[in-house]
Amino acid sequence: MLPEAPRFTRGNEFLSGCRDELPILLGVAPFGMIYGLLALSAGLPVAVAQGMSSIVFAGSAQFIAAQLIHDRAPGGVIVLTVLVVNLRHALYSASLAPYVRPLGRGWKAGLAYLLTDEAYAVAVTRYLRDEGRSDVSPYRHWYFLGAGLTLWLAWQWSTAVGIFVGARVPASWSLDFTLALTFIALVVPALKDRAGVAAALAAGALAIAGAALPYKLGLPLAALGGVLAGLGAEALRREPSTAGRAA
Amino acid sequence: MSYLPALAVAGLLTFLTRLSFIALLGRFELPPLAARALRFVPPAVLSAIIVPELVLRGGELQLGWRNARLLAGLAAALVAWKSRNVFLTIAVGMAALWALQALLAG
Repeated sequence: MLPEAPRFTRGNEFLSGCRDELPILLGVAPFGMIYGLLALSAGLPVAVAQGMSSIVFAGSAQFIAAQLIHDRAPGGVIVLTVLVVNLRHALYSASLAPYVRPLGRGWKAGLAYLLTDEAYAVAVTRYLRDEGRSDVSPYRHWYFLGAGLTLWLAWQWSTAVGIFVGARVPASWSLDFTLALTFIALVVPALKDRAGVAAALAAGALAIAGAALPYKLGLPLAALGGVLAGLGAEALRREPSTAGRAA
Repeated sequence: MSYLPALAVAGLLTFLTRLSFIALLGRFELPPLAARALRFVPPAVLSAIIVPELVLRGGELQLGWRNARLLAGLAAALVAWKSRNVFLTIAVGMAALWALQALLAG
């Protein structure tokens, strides 16, 4: 008896992960090129500028590190700043951990290395879409890998273009705005209930209030406040509804 | 002077930050409260990145109609809500931004 043709395959999952990451590259590529140009003008040697894209692999932290190197900051300050700016990645790690739990160590390490803002946004959207479905693909980590690797390649390549070719996108095109638009496209359809909206609004307001904080600390604090607001809204909603049902 | 050792440590710490919960969660069950909290991480983090990008110009709060990025972002949010299409959202948002920038400059 022939086995049924599989509905989900590793290859299909990998390719759809790559495909779903593509729109984000519109925003990432100019960002990477600008980083390359900026790092060179900050006085970083070519190998250090390019190396940082694969060693640190985190856009905003790289911009700040390049600035700190330019300002001849001590190594310890650079390390601490990068750590604080990337603290939000612990939230991504916690958010995706339940989904990658069955995987082996190699997969976990590899996916963790690829876990940037942009890979997280695409991967978590996929996992949330699967929520409550019975026919979930057993190869969703291949989707995650496809999205992460696509972003990794684009980041290395666009950094190199910025460094070696010196290609310049005119600032008047405002292509950096496509990054914010991508995040809008991902977050708005995910706001399904009041608690989610409360989390988003609180985080947005706190991010404005905390924008002047040093080391980009406002971002992790605003995210934390947003999560607490979501939990609070959920608790408020739950109590009156059970009381109403009892009456 | 070389900054490579500092960058290597920074890279390692970034990797460990990303690995933290992924590596640890296999060893214990997540408490229900934490599991509920995780549901709010995506809207909270993404909003904390987006909102200042739209309303802060050079550190100043700008909520008026002369802020092209705010208006274009609101148009994009409307398209995202109605269409749930990433490409369409980006296309409308960028078109709105360019049109508004041209209008406001003129």
